[in-house]
Amino acid sequence: MAVLLIAEVTGATLGADSTAKALTAAKALGDVTVLVAGAGVDGAAAEAAQFAGVSKVLAADDAAYGNGLAEPLADLIVGLAPGYSHILAPATSAAKNVMPRVAALLDVMVISEITAVVDADTFERPIYAGNAVQTVKSADATKVATVRTATFEAAAKGGSAPVEKIGAAGDKGLSAWVEDKVAASDRPELTSAKIVVSGGRGVGSEENFAMIEKLADKLGAAVGASRAAVDSGYAPNDWQVGQTGKVVAPQLYIAVGISGAIQHLAGMKDSKVIVAINKDEEAPIFQVADYGLVGDLFAVLPELTEKL
Amino acid sequence: MKVLVPVKRVIDYNVKVRVKADGTGVDLANVKMSMNPFDEIAVEAAIRLREAGTATEVVVVSIGVKQAQETLRTALAMGADRAILIEAASDVHQDIEPLAVAKLLKGVVDAEAPGLVICGKQAIDNDMNATGQMLSALLGWSQATFASDLAIEGDQAVVTREVDGGMQTIKVKMPTIVTVDLRMNEPRYASLPNIMKAKKKPLEEKTPADYGVDVAPRLTVVKTAEPAGRKAGVKVGSVDELIAKLKDEAGVI
Repeated sequence: MAVLLIAEVTGATLGADSTAKALTAAKALGDVTVLVAGAGVDGAAAEAAQFAGVSKVLAADDAAYGNGLAEPLADLIVGLAPGYSHILAPATSAAKNVMPRVAALLDVMVISEITAVVDADTFERPIYAGNAVQTVKSADATKVATVRTATFEAAAKGGSAPVEKIGAAGDKGLSAWVEDKVAASDRPELTSAKIVVSGGRGVGSEENFAMIEKLADKLGAAVGASRAAVDSGYAPNDWQVGQTGKVVAPQLYIAVGISGAIQHLAGMKDSKVIVAINKDEEAPIFQVADYGLVGDLFAVLPELTEKL
Repeated sequence: MKVLVPVKRVIDYNVKVRVKADGTGVDLANVKMSMNPFDEIAVEAAIRLREAGTATEVVVVSIGVKQAQETLRTALAMGADRAILIEAASDVHQDIEPLAVAKLLKGVVDAEAPGLVICGKQAIDNDMNATGQMLSALLGWSQATFASDLAIEGDQAVVTREVDGGMQTIKVKMPTIVTVDLRMNEPRYASLPNIMKAKKKPLEEKTPADYGVDVAPRLTVVKTAEPAGRKAGVKVGSVDELIAKLKDEAGVI
């Protein structure tokens, strides 16, 4: 079977980590062609070609694909669809925008955020904010799915697939990009960081969040936040970890002042090691933590940051 | 301009979800049901457009079991003008897939000719995050998903979207589909007088056959299971002990 994997591309840059993880899911289904669509993507296409297990890279270089607008990208993917049994993409905000559109244009049902490939037609996916896992079997001719990257290992490099340039599929001009406001940061990206330090409502204020950031910087970690902390204005929304934010699975997840609401757990429970620091020893976060420290975070955090 | 808002009746977000012992799904019998939280935000956004004079009428539509009437009455009590119920299921456990929902909504759009459709970005039951994008595809319209801000400027909508790593602003041609994210607004509560008034607002009942749509699912649910649990670990007594465990036992720092 032939699989078309839509690479995560932001402008001209390949989202190597999420694409490599989705590639692992795609390889279980058949021969993988990677589509790299963006503006000025020669480098991104060459990078995608290095992943082991990629048969071919299709590079679509056009201004229409430079800002992730759904309509022109969906038209491009639909034009390529007849050659493939499966069309997959990592479940990034860009792919979640475009893949259901692709599925509807093909008259098939999209399968969102798969966490396991059972066979060519059957997939596992979380429902109810991760409180249940559903196994679904698709009867559609083409399977269109997004892959929850946190549950798949990244495919290694070491390949050298051929890169083929393909033409653009046109742009009907339904939408236009105005601007991106991306938080500039030297920290690792939240969804691919090895260590994540997250703060919750217990942190108490935006100023106090600096303590979380200090610990994160000491560890070379990304900074996360619970929805309660985001809603209280302590942290920006793109730091949010949980069902309504990002799903992460780092080697080490340190939850500080986070009670452990179900919606937060859904976003981090696949982490390898979880540390919880909370003054309430009954907090649900301790039920999933490998190491729990009951204590006042305002005393614990400075000590931890200093001694590491 | 008429605004159409699809709303879904789902398990209340405060209710603990229980997987049925036989693995056929999640138990929804005698469980509190409410409007999908993202759809409440969509209803609020539409009402605000009408209050600002940008929209003239807010029509809400729900697809599912007969009891979805209650969800529509909630939207009417918030301030929507009229409602359409498409009764597509007789069992509360039967979820109509986003593709079928999008096809039915296309039928409603063809009949009602709204200038704007505002949807919640996803339903908190099946977590598909697909209906708005699919409807947009079927109509050949523009789409603006995960919106945190919306402004109508003539024949265009300027939408700020929540994307990985930050925010993106785009301009889309009207008519368009906007799907809303959490920070778009804080939905109002319906007041008692408005709840009473909502009972007299028009609610039209339809069936999928009225729109010529087959709602048979494309995905068969093989089984539904509890997620893999995580065992609680150990409590440590001090920062030193924590650092020692992370270094020597877990080997993660």
